[in-house]
Amino acid sequence: MTDLRYVGHPVSRDDGIEKVSGVARYTHDLSVPGMLHAAVLTSPHASARILSIDKSAAEALPGVRVVLTGDCLCYRLGLYMQDKCILARDVVRYQGEAVVAVAADTLDIAREACRLVRVEYELLEPVLDPGDALKPDAPLVHPDLGDYDHMQGVFFPQAKTNIAHHQKIRKGDFDAAYAGSDVTLEASFTNPPVQHVPMETHATIAHVTAERRVEIWTSSQSPYTVRHLMSVAFDIPHANIRVHVPYVGGGFGGKAGLGLEPLAFVLSREAGRPVKVVATREEEFNTLPSRQGLHSTIQIGTTSDGKLTALKATYTWDAGAYADYGVNIGRAAAYSGGGPYSIDNCWIDSRVVYTNKIFGTAFRGFGHLEILWGIERAMDQMAHKLGMDPAAFRRMNLLKEGDVTITGEAFTAGHGSPVACLDAAAEAIDWDTPSAEPEAPHLVRGKGIAVLHKAPAMPTYTSCAAVIKLDEDGAADVLVSGVDYGQGTYTVLRQIAAEELKIPIEKSHVTWECDTAFSPYDWQTVASRFAYMGGNAVIEAAADCIRQLKSVAGQALDVSPDELRCEDGRVFVQGDPDRGFDYSELALGYSFPNGNSIGGPIIGHGRFIATGLTHLNPDTGQGLPAQYWTYGAHGVEIEIDTETGEIEILKIATAIDAGKVLNPKLAVGQVVGGVLQGLGSALWEGFRFDADGRFLNPSFVDYKIPTAKDVPRETEQILLEYPQPDGPYGARGIAEHPMISVPSAIGNALHDALGIEFNDLPLSYERILLAILESGERA
Amino acid sequence: MHEIQLTINGQIERALVPAGMTLLELLRERLYLTGTKEGCGIGECGACTVLLDGAPVTSCLVLAAECDGANIRTIEGELVNGQLSDLQRAFIEAGAIQCGFCTPGMIMSARALLERNPDPSDEEIIEAIAGNLCRCTGYEAIVQAIRMAAERRSERGAAGSDRSPAPDGLATGGSDD
Repeated sequence: MTDLRYVGHPVSRDDGIEKVSGVARYTHDLSVPGMLHAAVLTSPHASARILSIDKSAAEALPGVRVVLTGDCLCYRLGLYMQDKCILARDVVRYQGEAVVAVAADTLDIAREACRLVRVEYELLEPVLDPGDALKPDAPLVHPDLGDYDHMQGVFFPQAKTNIAHHQKIRKGDFDAAYAGSDVTLEASFTNPPVQHVPMETHATIAHVTAERRVEIWTSSQSPYTVRHLMSVAFDIPHANIRVHVPYVGGGFGGKAGLGLEPLAFVLSREAGRPVKVVATREEEFNTLPSRQGLHSTIQIGTTSDGKLTALKATYTWDAGAYADYGVNIGRAAAYSGGGPYSIDNCWIDSRVVYTNKIFGTAFRGFGHLEILWGIERAMDQMAHKLGMDPAAFRRMNLLKEGDVTITGEAFTAGHGSPVACLDAAAEAIDWDTPSAEPEAPHLVRGKGIAVLHKAPAMPTYTSCAAVIKLDEDGAADVLVSGVDYGQGTYTVLRQIAAEELKIPIEKSHVTWECDTAFSPYDWQTVASRFAYMGGNAVIEAAADCIRQLKSVAGQALDVSPDELRCEDGRVFVQGDPDRGFDYSELALGYSFPNGNSIGGPIIGHGRFIATGLTHLNPDTGQGLPAQYWTYGAHGVEIEIDTETGEIEILKIATAIDAGKVLNPKLAVGQVVGGVLQGLGSALWEGFRFDADGRFLNPSFVDYKIPTAKDVPRETEQILLEYPQPDGPYGARGIAEHPMISVPSAIGNALHDALGIEFNDLPLSYERILLAILESGERA
Repeated sequence: MHEIQLTINGQIERALVPAGMTLLELLRERLYLTGTKEGCGIGECGACTVLLDGAPVTSCLVLAAECDGANIRTIEGELVNGQLSDLQRAFIEAGAIQCGFCTPGMIMSARALLERNPDPSDEEIIEAIAGNLCRCTGYEAIVQAIRMAAERRSERGAAGSDRSPAPDGLATGGSDD
């Protein structure tokens, strides 16, 4: 495929000019005539009964149009598990939960009105630790869990418990294999909840008009899923709901599914006017969902020469107060839960457990950064126990052609190469050569390596469509409803359309701003699947355009379409380039010299649907959950200041098997950004709660994300190209993967440098220094 | 209410502003200059960075009433006669943009740096944008873009303009290789 003109080339972003000049309009920037502004009053308690709400003073404030409370909103909403109210009803389940919402003429008035509302609570005992929540006498976060609607056959909430879902994997005979192993290891690990921190906080404008028609503008990854879930929740025909998604200022999973849309909807319905709801940064931390916390326990058995024989993992997810999306993370974590290894005897229990804390949702990596923190630390610990090189131990056990995954999927050459990723990352950090001596005696260095894998976690019927319209001048407009919130997908789709239609890239456009009234269906923009699914749909839509062009040209020239070929925006007779037409002559239909006309506007349609996926067996987890897998590895070299606990990343090298790099500039950008986000999870980020479940660090003052000063000294991005058979040009998704296993590689390097095992995230300087001091005391 | 007069991107503006109104609110809500973003409202993220008399400020922490007589430059002022500045072009070419929400503030911080230090080191660039949070890019391409803009400017000499037409292909996002 060396003759590709656009695919595989470093084309600049399609949206660059709008974004650098400040004209790209985000939901934050929009206003609608007559629009009201909303504010919410949130719960100060992690668990309490709402005894009374006095909203009279708020309602009396001039400029206040609506004051809403949960008691009049009898809805339960959700994508996979319908467990969430729009505003708290009867009880509050986490500190930060929205209790009262006000729509007023100005934001200042709305906020003032919230301050005037008086809520009387009766405190209840919160359950804050997911381990405690599993105990038989634990308070129930959702006493009516057994009555909740949810995706049937896929998720299994357990009534009268705090378990929203329990996913099992059973392959082979773990107990016997573990008992018969030469070497065994058991270790436990934790991950705290972490925030997505999109720079644009959640924002929605809803306008409910006459006859139950609704128009929504929202900062979302999911225009069609928002429309569908709103349709179901409020019993409105789909066609009456129009969802616009303008430019989106970052998502990372946090804007998948439903966000503020239901709240904006009910406020607008009540007010009879458009209402804008914008999350404050504190609400983004404290009211809107985060990544779930995780407690892992991992047992591994091997032969004396290092062959994995058995693996058991118990994943206890801290779902927080709602598990709408969390249940699917628990599911994905189970079928990926052994890491990218060949394991004949595997037992996994992944439980998604309600607690009285901020609730979880999708976050770049979808549970995999969390599970691979445990798996990849445990693999290193096992290698040390075996006296083996950690890279060699992994290489021996990584999935290879002929192996079978823990859900019974045959691993083929088309899966790509985990081993090649490991080797590339190891080589990039000179794995076999010890670190150079640091410049001062209080500095120590170490190297670490970790592998990763992830497949799109999505329903078995996930589908996607693309439409291509040809313009009068022969240019192409591509319509999709996957959202480009920074990944660069639209630029890639534009490249694919130009390549397939044989037109100059300057004539290939993807329409920004999704609109369910015009953009064809896509499930939602998650799971690193849109370049893959949307790319395939665009290829099919382009083929449809070409077919139509050839059909009209064939009639006009009186030749068979089979004799025609397309190149440089022209369709012509093979071997006789002068006999043909520019696309511009056919785009709206062809006119003969006498005026007779044939054809019509050329509009191509393409689609793609997941193929062959199955629900997992509820008892064994066997089945096909993955449309494709993407593998990768990180190698890292670090330097630690033993007097302060500070870590400096000397180098981090990332190898990902992309199948085919559709745009190297954008792909490298994804990896660089994802690695730094992973570094945030590794070193700094994590929610802290007090003993009563109050969130202690819901702001940029107390919750640090990486800044320009935290960039590693050197980074390297290695994109391998073992093709994906059904991917566009052989490509597979790579968006989430760069952040997965970054913490694991650093944890492994810390052990290499200090000889200390770190099993809890984040690897804060404080945690490291205390461990160094403690190990010194022990010595 | 305070009556103020200030210059914004070369245009004189007069406004009657309440005491509590921030410069950010004045820009976005009164003047519809929505290129300047709000990311946190407490001066911690840098998305709302503008130049106040040449110095970068987080406009969410500046009261509009304090800006009487001030000279303000926003992202909208980077574009002159419809053409991108060197910095803006460099951001596109270097791949320094993903979601784009931090980009206007990032460019204004970079602009302030280049105006006081036309030939900054990487350390100085990093220092200048350390208050601008970006969750997407990992910053490396942003540092590269600012360096690229500085180098091009020095190549043209101190007398040269910092604005030039977009090269072929860029304006339409063409292939750069």
